[in-house]
Amino acid sequence: MGRKIKDSFLLGLIYLTSFLSVMLLAGILLYVFVRGFPGISRSFLTTVSSARRGTVGIAGNLVNTCYLVVLTLMIAVPIGIGSAIWLNEYAKRSRWIQMIEFATETLAGIPSIVFGLFGMVFFGTTLGLGYSILTGSLTLSLMILPLITRNTQEALRAVPDSYRSGAVGMGAGKWHMIRTILLPAAMPGIATGVLLAVGRIVGESAALLFTAGSGYLLPGHGRGLLHKVRESGGTLAVQLYLSMSRAEYDAAFGIAAVLLCLVLFFHILTRFLSDRMGCL
Amino acid sequence: MERFLQRSRARRIEAAAECVFTACAFLALLAVGMITLYMIANGIPAIYQVGIKEMLFSDTWKPAARDPSFGILYVILTSITGTLLAVLIGVPVALLTAVFLAETAPARLAEAVRPAVELLAGIPSVVYGLLGMMILNPVIYRLEQRIFAGSKTHQFTGGANLLSAVLVLAVMILPTVISISESALRSVPSQLRECSLALGASRIQTIFQVVIPAARPGIVTAVVLGVGRAVGEAMAVSLVSGGSVNFPLPFCSVRFLTTALVSEMAYANGLHRQVLFTVGMVLFLFIMAVNLVLHAILRKT
Repeated sequence: MGRKIKDSFLLGLIYLTSFLSVMLLAGILLYVFVRGFPGISRSFLTTVSSARRGTVGIAGNLVNTCYLVVLTLMIAVPIGIGSAIWLNEYAKRSRWIQMIEFATETLAGIPSIVFGLFGMVFFGTTLGLGYSILTGSLTLSLMILPLITRNTQEALRAVPDSYRSGAVGMGAGKWHMIRTILLPAAMPGIATGVLLAVGRIVGESAALLFTAGSGYLLPGHGRGLLHKVRESGGTLAVQLYLSMSRAEYDAAFGIAAVLLCLVLFFHILTRFLSDRMGCL
Repeated sequence: MERFLQRSRARRIEAAAECVFTACAFLALLAVGMITLYMIANGIPAIYQVGIKEMLFSDTWKPAARDPSFGILYVILTSITGTLLAVLIGVPVALLTAVFLAETAPARLAEAVRPAVELLAGIPSVVYGLLGMMILNPVIYRLEQRIFAGSKTHQFTGGANLLSAVLVLAVMILPTVISISESALRSVPSQLRECSLALGASRIQTIFQVVIPAARPGIVTAVVLGVGRAVGEAMAVSLVSGGSVNFPLPFCSVRFLTTALVSEMAYANGLHRQVLFTVGMVLFLFIMAVNLVLHAILRKT
């Protein structure tokens, strides 16, 4: 009898905690959307905060976030894929593989605030890039590199060996084989890694506070879109932090709602892709 | 002749491709080396100037005073205590959820819970901070008022204290610990379960006395990853923990290693800035220790 009571108690506990996790998510989404959506209007999304004109808007932060995502991916994706290709296809000495995999693992474990400090000192000061979107992107590239490398590696591992031997047997060079056979076959896995990385970039704040800074103006003034890369630019997440420390809670909840929408969107996209990968 | 040229060109491209890939791979190694070098090189000078004894064993942190003192003992203690408490609260909840997902849940229900857990991992830490500040802090404040009603010595924190920070951290490590423990539980061979059931153990007994012990290495990995995440979390904690330097008691406003960096780096200069880099170095050393432990566990299994 005692055993039965104990069993059902534990089973109840198991159900309770799982229910808690789901409720937690539901509560977070609900609370943020209920408090945030009333603050989201067209002018909130399309103007820049200005005391003179009395507007509160996040257009500049949205643009900065896009800049950071694009630039970071442009840097990190080729390197990450290249690294995975080397680890999976070229490397022969297992000692080097072990060392590089350990380094990748370590990079994945370093907290974002440490990346922020390193980025500030190395890219910002030593390389003289200052507080700029470029500094932020370079810093974030290091941070998402493990994500890209690991996902690509896994995708490459899933490609059957017969593809490789078939291509090489027909006289294709190794790089030719990788370019035309392996990479297309591994594409869904690579895309999953990239989407996860986008999610991290969009939500990141600690690594950007001291690297990309907090500028919130739109690029322009006739100086070209590329010039913005060398200027400071705060992303949505950074602006959310700044709004909160200034006790502007309505703006903060508006940004939080936009952020969660983006996170949800990329999450659904990732699931869609990984479902498709399951079919391959 | 032409064919020969073509072939040598192809060969050159092949060689170039291999070079590029090798460079890409070694970049990760270079990055870790550079980060280690910079964190240590920037963190050491202040130790010489302030003196290691004063820095590590003094409890007063007054970086901006005329006669500044840079004791980071309480900051370090807060990070350790906060992380341990968060793990203590978060891990049991996470483990039970992992058991649910891997063992007891009907397939349909598991399909509903798993995406929720994945999504929890994707929520930006500032959003956790925002919610902690708006929902959790008032609740904790009410609790504080009830507990310390009539106390004249207690400094009220308005709910922004260690307890809030620990609760937020516990929530934030859930997804990591759940997903790693779940895969650990799943990789336990089903013969073990069948044997235990055949011997007359109930399903719950099997889970707690056979499956979980068998999955222990994976669960330990999950816990260590959770520790790493909790030690390094900055933004959410900085918004809910108050921010004054105090001994880590549940209802004291506290400052973590990470939050010291977030809140002071923006305006610090001179020696104060250098000491903050020492704080960064201590944080980095903690993380490296966690990583090494993790690596050792993974290698053993």
